[in-house]
Formats: sequence, structure tokens, C-alpha cells
Amino acid sequence: MDGDLRHHGFHLSAAALGQLMPMFLWLDSAGTICGSGDTLQKLMGPQALGQPLSAIFNLRRPRGLETAQDLTRAQRLRMTLRAAPGTAFKGIAVPLQGDAGVLVNLSFGYAVRDAVRDHGLSDTDFAATDLAIELLYLAEAKSAVMTEVNKMAARLQGAKALAEEQALTDALTGLGNRRAMEQAMASLLSGARGFALIHLDLDYFKQVNDTLGHAAGDHVLTQIADVLRASVRGADLVARVGGDEFVILLAGVRDQAPIERVGRQILGRMRRPILFDGQICRVAVSMGAVVGPDHKTARISAEDLMAQADLALYASKKAGRARLTFVRADGTLHELAVSEPPP
Amino acid sequence: MHGLINKSLQSFLSDSFGRSEWADIARESGVSQILGPDGFEPMQHYDDALTEAVLQAAVTALKRPRECLLEDLGTYLISNERLEPLRRLLRFGGVSFTDFLYSLDDLQGRSRLAVPELDLPELSVDEAGPGQFSLTCRAGPAGFGFVMVGILRALADDYGALAVLEHQGRDPSTTDEVIVIEVHDPAFHAGRRFDLAVEAR
Repeated sequence: MDGDLRHHGFHLSAAALGQLMPMFLWLDSAGTICGSGDTLQKLMGPQALGQPLSAIFNLRRPRGLETAQDLTRAQRLRMTLRAAPGTAFKGIAVPLQGDAGVLVNLSFGYAVRDAVRDHGLSDTDFAATDLAIELLYLAEAKSAVMTEVNKMAARLQGAKALAEEQALTDALTGLGNRRAMEQAMASLLSGARGFALIHLDLDYFKQVNDTLGHAAGDHVLTQIADVLRASVRGADLVARVGGDEFVILLAGVRDQAPIERVGRQILGRMRRPILFDGQICRVAVSMGAVVGPDHKTARISAEDLMAQADLALYASKKAGRARLTFVRADGTLHELAVSEPPP
Repeated sequence: MHGLINKSLQSFLSDSFGRSEWADIARESGVSQILGPDGFEPMQHYDDALTEAVLQAAVTALKRPRECLLEDLGTYLISNERLEPLRRLLRFGGVSFTDFLYSLDDLQGRSRLAVPELDLPELSVDEAGPGQFSLTCRAGPAGFGFVMVGILRALADDYGALAVLEHQGRDPSTTDEVIVIEVHDPAFHAGRRFDLAVEAR
């Protein structure tokens, strides 16, 4: 290559060179600016001609400069305009034949968008072969697409929040959640079929969480959910209404016999130990049950009904856990079922 | 068809004829049943049949010929403020309307660079003489040429050029649609510059 250029070098007018490289810079060997392409001229201002390179540019790489030839030894030049807004360039320098100095070609690199805006450049300021226009096009296309994507993400976020708000399922156990229980209770309270409510609380759950970890705790909850589901009819609602609290609503149930049956089913199933990683998770279920009003009895609010069931639940706990206490119509408490032997 | 196209169609119908008209069209075409109340999402892909159903429902509901609706859609794409980024992207094609016409050969490639899944028809431009062009839309959905007529008409206006456009119909054997364009373009002769510095609004 070198040999070719020395022996068959060609002459090129500054105007022709400027068409190929509108951001070329010609320095003499002392580093004085002797000429430039039209676009670079526009950026430097008319007073740049005849000035030393360092008066117009802040050289960042290479740092020190003895002669213009030093530029040609750098792999990549980096420099910024001294004048505001300090437009950044990257470039490359090659020596000219004889004593003609150095030819530098500059480009904006990643700063092209800012440079175009700051200096009001148009497509004719770039060489026809320069990919700057394509790059600007891509940048603009990307931001247009990103705008659409962001709008879509915002819409999905809103839809997700709404869906969560309207969700009726407990994500961990697949049972109903508190909202599902409240809706079902409201509908049962307004109907005339009557229903029974069992409030359940897991005993020793905190110890499982503390000693075996949250994964074990989650496992226990899903196992309990299976036990509860298996112990009721398909149409009955089982809901997880708190961390280790559950409510069962038995539609159409008005007396204690079916409640007792469900309680015994649950206590029976709970005798099978729940294993997690070979470790026994020791938990028990305490229950309090109450029969809701039907059309023959006075109206009662959901809160009052829950409060009654809570009293029975508290009695179950106090009596030694793993049992079911029932609130009779006269308000007295009666133990319906107990786990034999208690765990 | 790509969501960007479907969403444009939805915006066009809803902006130009009102939300309640769009709601009727969405219900008639099955869009609201399939996609829900928001309709199309710009970054999804939809069955072509659904786009066709929307078009047919719009033709029936608005009592307008299909060609007119498609041409108005093209005009809307350029002249509506909501779609300013699209106009800017198309104007990257050149500094004058004539430059832009030349650049249509690259439109498919350029759109692929921006959104790879956006499968635009192949466009080719022939220059029959000074100011005389013909544009061929190949392998596009039926009526795409009318959308192009609307786009070209609005862009000519945007560039300040005078353009007479005529859709030559769809060749039944090749499904090509050809548009004949006659241009009087002072900017092309004046060499006006496209200001790249204007930021997208």
C-alpha cells in the first residue's frame, strides 16, 4: 500500500476531498489549520483557518502533541471543540506526502444526534456515503417504537393492577381470598337459604415458619388448603382470609350435624403428618362455627357473625386446640369435635 | 398483520369518525370480543382476517367505499399530529418529494431496520420521464395501493409539491397495484434541505 501511494500518488482538489469527507482537516507539520471540509468549517467558524489546532480543539487523545505527525501515531483521535457546546469528535490522521503535513478526518460518533441539533446540520452536511442519516433514522424509529412500547407497558400495568384488585383467588393456595369470602357472605346473607360459617386458625404455624423456613410454611398452607377442599362439598367456599386463617362457608346448612361432619373430616385428615424435606411440620387446626340467619331469624351483619365464630374459635384454642366449637342458637358454646388423640 | 398497522387503522377510525362509531365497528368485526375494550396493541401481531373484518365493518357502518377509507387512512397517517414520528421517519427519504419518491424503493428495507416484524409490501418506483413516475406495490394486502395514494398525496402537500396521483387498479394475476404519479416539484429543483435538527414532537 505504502509503496503504491508513494509511486502512484494522486492529486485531489480540496473541494473534491470535501465532497468525500466534509469533516476533513488539513494541518501543516507545525499543527496549523490550513484547510477543512465545509461541514467542519461551519462547526469551527471562519476564524479557525491559520490557527493552531490546539486553539480550536481540545485534544483528548493523544494528550500531548509536539508536532502534527504525532497525531498519525494515535490509533483513534478524540477531541472536542473548545467553543460551546464542546462538540465531541473521533477521528483518524494520516501523513501527507512530502512536507504537506497531516490529513485528519473527523466524525461525530455517538454524539451525532446532539451535534446535528446543536449545529443545525442537514443531510447535505454529510457525505452521501456517510451512514449518519441512517443512524439518525434508526434513533428516531427506535424512540417512536419505544414510545409505543412504553404506552403499552403503562396500559398493561394498569390492567394488571385492576386485575389484582378484582382478583378473588389466593395466589398461593388457589383458595378464595378475603374479597371472595366477603362477596360470598354478602350474597348468602341476602338470601334465604341459610348457611354455616366455620372460622379456622392454624396453630403452631409461626413455629414452622421460624424453624423450617417460609418454603415449609408455604407448603403447609397448600397442604391445609387441600385438606379443607377435600372436606367440603364442591359448591362450598373455602377462603384464606389471612396469613394462617381460613373461612369455610357451607351454603344451605342450618344445623350442627353437617358442621360436625365437616369438622371431623378436617380433624381426621389433619392427623396425617405434613412432611417438608423429610421434616414433620407440626401444626393443628382450631375451629369455631356458627349458623347464619335464614329468613326466619333476625338479620345479622357479616361482622357480627364473624365475631361469634371468633368467640367459638377462641374457646377451641383455650380448650387445647385441634377441635371445633359451635355457637348454639341460644349463644352458648358447645364442643362438636376434637382430634383424638390431640397432636 | 402487524399491530402498528392495525392500531393505526383503529386510531384513524376512532379519531375521524368518533369513539362510538369505532365501538360499533369493533363489536361488528369481533375486535372487542377478541381483544377487549382497548382493541389493538401496536406491538402485537394479529391475524389478517381480523384486519379485513374491521375494514368490512367500517365500510358497512360508515357507508363509504373501501378505496376512499383506505386513501383517507393514508392521509391520516401523515397529517395527524399523533403520528408525527411516522411523518418524520418517512421524510428521512429525502429533501424533496421527488427524492422521497426515489427513496420508496428502500422503504421496505428501512421499515425492517426500524421494526423487523413489520412486513410492508415491496415497493418499486419507475421514472417514465421528467416528473412522471409509477409506483408498484407488490405482494401487499388488497387495497394497500390506496393507502399509498393517501400517504403520497399528504406528503406531496407536506413537501410543497404538486402531485397528481392515479391508482391503476389491482392486477388480478400478480396482485400488483400500480399508481401513476405526475409531479411538479419546485423544491426538487431548488434543492431544499431537510432540517434534521427538528426533534420529534
